[in-house]
Amino acid sequence: MGDIAIRVEHLSKKYEIVMGNSRGHSGLAEEMTQGVRRMLGMGGGAGSSSLRREEIWPVRDVSFEVQCGEIVGIIGRNGAGKSTLLKILSRIIEPTSGRAQMYGRVGTLLEVGMGFHPQLTGRDNIYLSGIIYGMKKQEIDKRFDEIVAFSGVEKYIDTPVKRYSSGMYVRLAFAVGAHMDCEVLIVDEALAVGDSQFQKKCLDKMHDMGEHGRTVLFVSHNMDAVTRLCKRVILLDQGKVIADGSSHEVVGTYMHVGASSVRGFKEWTDLTTAPGDDVARLCAVRVKTINGRIADVIDIRRTFAIEVEIEVLKPGWVLTPNLEFYSDGEGCLFESFDMDPVWRSRSRPVGRYVSTAWVPGNLLSEGAHFVTVHCVSIDPFRIMIKVEEVVGFRVVDNYEGDSARGDFTGEMVGVVRPMLKWATQFVPRQESANIERGERGTGL
Amino acid sequence: MRQSPAVVVIEPSRSWFDLKLKAVWDYRELLYFLAWRDLKARYSQTVMGLAWAVLQPLFMMLVFTVIFSKIARLPSDGIPYPLFAYAALVPWTYFSKSLDRSGFSIVAESNLITKIYFPRLIVPLSATLGGLIDFAIAFLLMVVMMVWFGVFPTWKLMVLPFYLLITILASLAVSLWLSALFVKYRDISALMPILIQIWMFASPIVYPSSMIPQEWQGLYNINPMVGIINGFRWALVGTPAPDPALLALNILTIAVSLLLGMAYFNRRANTFADVI
Repeated sequence: MGDIAIRVEHLSKKYEIVMGNSRGHSGLAEEMTQGVRRMLGMGGGAGSSSLRREEIWPVRDVSFEVQCGEIVGIIGRNGAGKSTLLKILSRIIEPTSGRAQMYGRVGTLLEVGMGFHPQLTGRDNIYLSGIIYGMKKQEIDKRFDEIVAFSGVEKYIDTPVKRYSSGMYVRLAFAVGAHMDCEVLIVDEALAVGDSQFQKKCLDKMHDMGEHGRTVLFVSHNMDAVTRLCKRVILLDQGKVIADGSSHEVVGTYMHVGASSVRGFKEWTDLTTAPGDDVARLCAVRVKTINGRIADVIDIRRTFAIEVEIEVLKPGWVLTPNLEFYSDGEGCLFESFDMDPVWRSRSRPVGRYVSTAWVPGNLLSEGAHFVTVHCVSIDPFRIMIKVEEVVGFRVVDNYEGDSARGDFTGEMVGVVRPMLKWATQFVPRQESANIERGERGTGL
Repeated sequence: MRQSPAVVVIEPSRSWFDLKLKAVWDYRELLYFLAWRDLKARYSQTVMGLAWAVLQPLFMMLVFTVIFSKIARLPSDGIPYPLFAYAALVPWTYFSKSLDRSGFSIVAESNLITKIYFPRLIVPLSATLGGLIDFAIAFLLMVVMMVWFGVFPTWKLMVLPFYLLITILASLAVSLWLSALFVKYRDISALMPILIQIWMFASPIVYPSSMIPQEWQGLYNINPMVGIINGFRWALVGTPAPDPALLALNILTIAVSLLLGMAYFNRRANTFADVI
């Protein structure tokens, strides 16, 4: 432990795009005529001047180190350079400059079922695919039964895979990848799509590898999976590392890279333009952890607070702040009114008020959430302040086994994620018959 | 389990000339399995199976016999023309098939090339070696024909493996160039049949190489297939032995184009996944 598994130093990749030639493959004739032109001193002739060369750097000056046994997530938007970096580290493409070193056997899983041939049997494909993933034939011999058992296609192992159902095919394909023996594993999120059971197996396996001191580099834009799996996350944007740290912080940073800039706090310094009317205006809304820190990312198990700061400009109103919680794409989850006993039925003098609503841990589910803030008078009914989705935060589950998901690592359904009290008792056969009879008895 | 950890270093390649033979050796099992896959897949779906490997050279031999021997009356060094033609068609079919298969091999495997690392040299190499099974089957028919025409092998047959080896190397040399060029220049697919056609008539398949005037022999022998075919005929059916000086020229051509081909291929290989 404490050893370096991956060291990346100033890695860059440059592509030259020739504008006006979208095919990518140059024509032989075209290049020959250009060559002849150049030889005849006609360089810059009509043909070549219409082609404009443009440099793009999908990965630019990326450096980081990964310790043995770490599971590191690499996130970023489409085009941020994730897959280019992944391909460089997998040795599929070469960097333009810079250097990376990896210690130990490196396995890459950009796709399952590499090299599968439909004409060949399951048995043949296990060997073929295993060899392509870099296993030795001997290793496959040794783990063959294990792989077959894991895939659950024992009965059809000597049938050509073209006759397999797509589910069987994927299971067999994944079984081979999952039995790769390596110290450093590079995985693409493309793996984690597919049915949820498959996804779960995938994530479980990666988690497993981390526990066994293997180093895993997981490239994804599935934020929930990344936070569940990785303690550390590297954020790429336009080919550069813009954040590298604990998954909480980095996922928070990710949320305000780019267009959507809803974050964990919002403040208005100028009261004349702040939302509200002549009675009350909104000064600030903050999402805070239990320690009082403003946060964009909330641990699913922890209580957190929404703080609403209001300036009352005109006395004589009984004011009630109110919050509505929205989850991304799911609509409103619930709303809540300020029930503080002191101000519940008393009209407020002019001045500043800070209301704090505590949201318990193990209530919201994973993902992005937004809060809409109101401040109303209930009798007579009047809305003083209304700001939709004024703050946003992301609830993450670090998968430490004590959240409502227990040991399940896949996607969970539902807009809330309460922690229920469960109890399970073992009931021996005879007793269960008795209980049944007994229950019926009491029913009568 | 964990031995001294191997270090994988990733950096832009600098050297102009790098054969990367060690990497190929480390992945020799992949080489074998790819060739095995092609064979198994190729023959599992045809009813005739391996018989196809014989039919093509056999059919060509019959056509050549009718056209070039019966109609055009080309000489055949005193050997029955079918035997004369078929002894040349055995190495030639292997060579031309290898070019055809290996030339397109990198593009055909683009799914692997863009998704996983392995020494790219493995791909054309396995396509070239995979053709040896077809060669062996075609060769069996050669033996049958020799018995039929009453030509019995001599000690010269012992030299045949050497000729086979240089046939493989020659196929590989050309395939490396073609497959690397094809990734970038898709025009190669149109040029390939023409190239093979011209090459066939530039080799002594339908005619004996003795028909080429003496002063042209040097130029003629730059084509390594000349020495290879003469060698096969000499070892199998007893035509005159190839001139050692010309054979040396053939081997030199092969060696130079193979080494340069490997270096060129390896240089291009770094960009296959970018360009494909």
